[in-house]
Amino acid sequence: MAFSIPYLLSIITFLPLLGAVVVALVGSDAAKKQITLLTTLVTFGVSLLLWVNWDNSNAGMQFLEDVAWFPELGIRYIMGVDGISLFLVLLTTFLMPIAIYFSNLYVEEQVGLYMALMLLLETAMIGVFLALDLALFFVFFEFSLIPMYLLIGRWGGAKRIYAALKFFLYTFAGSALMLVAILAVYLQTGTFNMLELQGAPITGALATWGFIAFALAFAIKVPIFPFHTWLPDAHVQAPTAGSIILAGILLKMGTYGYLRFAVPLFPDAARQFGPWIAALAVIGILYGALVALVQKDVKSLVAYSSVAHLGYVMLGLVALNTQGVSGAVLQMVNHGLSTGALFLMVGMLYERRHTRMLDDFGGLWKSIPVYCGFFLVVVMSSAGLPGLNGFIGEFTILVGSYTVMPVFAVLGALGVILAAWYLLTAFRKMAQGPLTNPDNDSDHLKDLRPGEIAMLLPLVALFFLIGLFPNLFLEKINPSVQQLVEHPAIILSSTQEADEHPVVLKVER
Amino acid sequence: MPTLDALQLNFAPLLPTLMMVLAAIVLMLVDIVGTDDRPGPRPLIPWLALAGVAVTIGVCAWLWGQPAQSFQGMATSDHFALGLNLIVLTATALAILLSIHYIPQITQQMGEYYTLLLLTASGMMMMATATDLIVVFLALEIFSLALYILSGLHRDNPRSTEASLKYFLLGAFASAFFAYGAALIYGAGGSTQYTVIADTLAAGGGNPGLLYPGIAMLIAGFAFKVSLVPFHMWTPDVYQGAPTPVTAFMSVGTKAAAFAAFMRVLLEAVPTQQPTWGWALAILAVITMTLGNLAALRQSSLKRMLAYSSIAHAGYILVGLAPGSSGGADAALFYLFTYAFMNIGAFAVVIALEKAQANDALQNRASGIADRWPLLALAMAIFMFSLSGMPPLAGFFGKFYVFKAAVDGGWTWLAVVGMLNSAIGLYYYLRVTVAMYFERADAESADRREPGILRLGVVIAAIFTVIIGIYPSLWTGLFQAGLGG
Repeated sequence: MAFSIPYLLSIITFLPLLGAVVVALVGSDAAKKQITLLTTLVTFGVSLLLWVNWDNSNAGMQFLEDVAWFPELGIRYIMGVDGISLFLVLLTTFLMPIAIYFSNLYVEEQVGLYMALMLLLETAMIGVFLALDLALFFVFFEFSLIPMYLLIGRWGGAKRIYAALKFFLYTFAGSALMLVAILAVYLQTGTFNMLELQGAPITGALATWGFIAFALAFAIKVPIFPFHTWLPDAHVQAPTAGSIILAGILLKMGTYGYLRFAVPLFPDAARQFGPWIAALAVIGILYGALVALVQKDVKSLVAYSSVAHLGYVMLGLVALNTQGVSGAVLQMVNHGLSTGALFLMVGMLYERRHTRMLDDFGGLWKSIPVYCGFFLVVVMSSAGLPGLNGFIGEFTILVGSYTVMPVFAVLGALGVILAAWYLLTAFRKMAQGPLTNPDNDSDHLKDLRPGEIAMLLPLVALFFLIGLFPNLFLEKINPSVQQLVEHPAIILSSTQEADEHPVVLKVER
Repeated sequence: MPTLDALQLNFAPLLPTLMMVLAAIVLMLVDIVGTDDRPGPRPLIPWLALAGVAVTIGVCAWLWGQPAQSFQGMATSDHFALGLNLIVLTATALAILLSIHYIPQITQQMGEYYTLLLLTASGMMMMATATDLIVVFLALEIFSLALYILSGLHRDNPRSTEASLKYFLLGAFASAFFAYGAALIYGAGGSTQYTVIADTLAAGGGNPGLLYPGIAMLIAGFAFKVSLVPFHMWTPDVYQGAPTPVTAFMSVGTKAAAFAAFMRVLLEAVPTQQPTWGWALAILAVITMTLGNLAALRQSSLKRMLAYSSIAHAGYILVGLAPGSSGGADAALFYLFTYAFMNIGAFAVVIALEKAQANDALQNRASGIADRWPLLALAMAIFMFSLSGMPPLAGFFGKFYVFKAAVDGGWTWLAVVGMLNSAIGLYYYLRVTVAMYFERADAESADRREPGILRLGVVIAAIFTVIIGIYPSLWTGLFQAGLGG
């Protein structure tokens, strides 16, 4: 065992909060920026201890913490991490320094508030992925809305107020019913503790309406078609760092919540409603891709591509077999990296040209080749090119999905083609062709600076790492997923025997 | 002829109330000593009032854990009463902090103001102590009469006068309803004492022809005081017209006191009738929440918006009462405690935003204050998010607790309606944050500064709103009343 410290999960969660307090106290904007970056870097460093000390043979929760928080109401402070949440936590702590570094370059207005909100957001997001008490989870889940709302509304684009309100109201309304369902779960079982709840699924009428309440809250968060209308507004209006975090991490709260809470609590309903959710997911994949195809603003193109990509994740989750779910978990991470990188690169270009319209570009390859080189890799990763991360996730999901719902899997696979189409179209319009607009020539447009390359390199390195050595990640994800989907309650309720051929995925190294 | 001992003259249960009355008398005497030319100790009056509140909190702490009855069961000092005292005293202390700079701007009669404030508080505290319909009526009248005067204190402002008159006329109606209801229940139960009424009803006695109209009248009387729809008509006008510190105080104090007495009557006198009044309360809760929130959406005045918001909050609290459970009473009490900080805090910010002479704080006055007064804006944002029920702030756990009591009592649908209402209500609270953070400042008011003491009140309220949310169990222990259980 390598170096380890007690209360590791609490430290990772609340380090950013501490940083936010310090940021509020120090004076100069430069110091605020430095402290924020330092905080996120330290948080990332500490979170790597999870990886270092990880026990691959343990499918259950690791690094558990459990203390009473609100005993009168039976709410406990329970934090734990397993193979499902591990990489989402690491994704969060990994993307934050990048988002902060980018912000440090370009944010000038009310720096202190901005940085404090980013750090609060990090605490909320990590808390969501670690909380194992339903009420505690809800607290983090809801709290994450406040900083993101303020970030969009204060530092966003022209329609920022509308977008911020829509984002907040939609998600809040969605989770309103979930809170009542959580209370009803407590009434039936006498606990909010997921460790106890996942062994004993809910019965009776609650098993159906509770699932619907949970699924609705998460469906809006993901978002699944037709609950996605808040997403293009929020993504396009948010400041670049906000978009990175929103697409990279916040959306995963929905898919993660579905897997962690909705499925174990209501396995019967999860089976029963699975095909319906799969149908919506497939509609989302195709619809998101088709809408992305006709976007003129590259940022909203990326936003709609998120709708499509998250559709894959849901398709994998409802398959409820190891391949589908493991692939979905990995794809959550992949999407966070790829889409985060896309928003980052769009943001870099926007800060130079102050436009995001595809028609304003063209021939960029001639003026900013380094940028275009990176952009191509990022686009390929998002499109799912074999050898890069996106392919592994999508392929695994489609394999898992095909064994239970072949029709949806085939339809979903169409989305892969569409994704390549709209992403490469965007790339062609921006980078290739003649350089007609004089604003785009190398006199006006500067190529990437070393600092910007430093932000992109770790992302690109991870694309290849996941793409070439997926087992490094899947070996940690698989045991927990297997334990979850092979739980007696879920197997028993299985009507279609999905695991007749128990193939545990092994991708050749 | 009963001996003194048989009368059970134990003053312990009334001690907190008496302390407040005593403090009020001291304030009056201090006020007489000075003149307008030579004020003498007059400027100390607010601080003496605060000291009186502090001593009374000490007395409550001293009485803690030793329940006592007195006057042959007319007054009780138990956890419930002391918990309510704490809420009222908190509200009083915060209201004093809000008044110190505000009141001299609208009236010279500082002594009267603080005396009346403390007398109001004493009446409110008696509401929870009383276990007899007549004593409750006395308490109700004590604090109501004082509040009628306080809301009309700003005599130069016609709105203030209108508020006072309106409140008085409608309040008198409510008192009449209450008195009539008490009389009918006396007819049915054969006593004005809660325990005796409960025993009579439990034994199968009680003429339903008297009992049900009696309960209905009582509910109507209380509904006026806590401003439940459709008995809420006075609320926006009075809240808007009254001096803002008074509004802040009564939005919390009146609600707390009336709800406390309400719970006592329902759970200790007529618990057997819960299947009936439970439904009545549930229906009142649904229409109160919904209409309060929908009306608040349409307000352009910040003070009126907060008035409708307080109506909606009365509905949320009622959700906890409908099941008629002991846990529901605890939940409602805890809710009122959280509400004291977030709502008075919000009104404190309103005071900072309004010019003392123009008594109508339009929402656009909040535009861009995040740039000018970051601290004030942050505090207001905390209050707004807390009022809308966002975790991890105090208001969230208030709602969580109340809705949990409803679900536990089998009223899941009521909790669903409550949560959907929270989602509606969110919009108008967010509008305030939009104005503060997302809109630009108007240059006209850039030079105004908030006074130091007011800022202290805002900061205290904000800190408590956060602390209660982060560590709720530190406080819930104070509100485990065990009423009716």
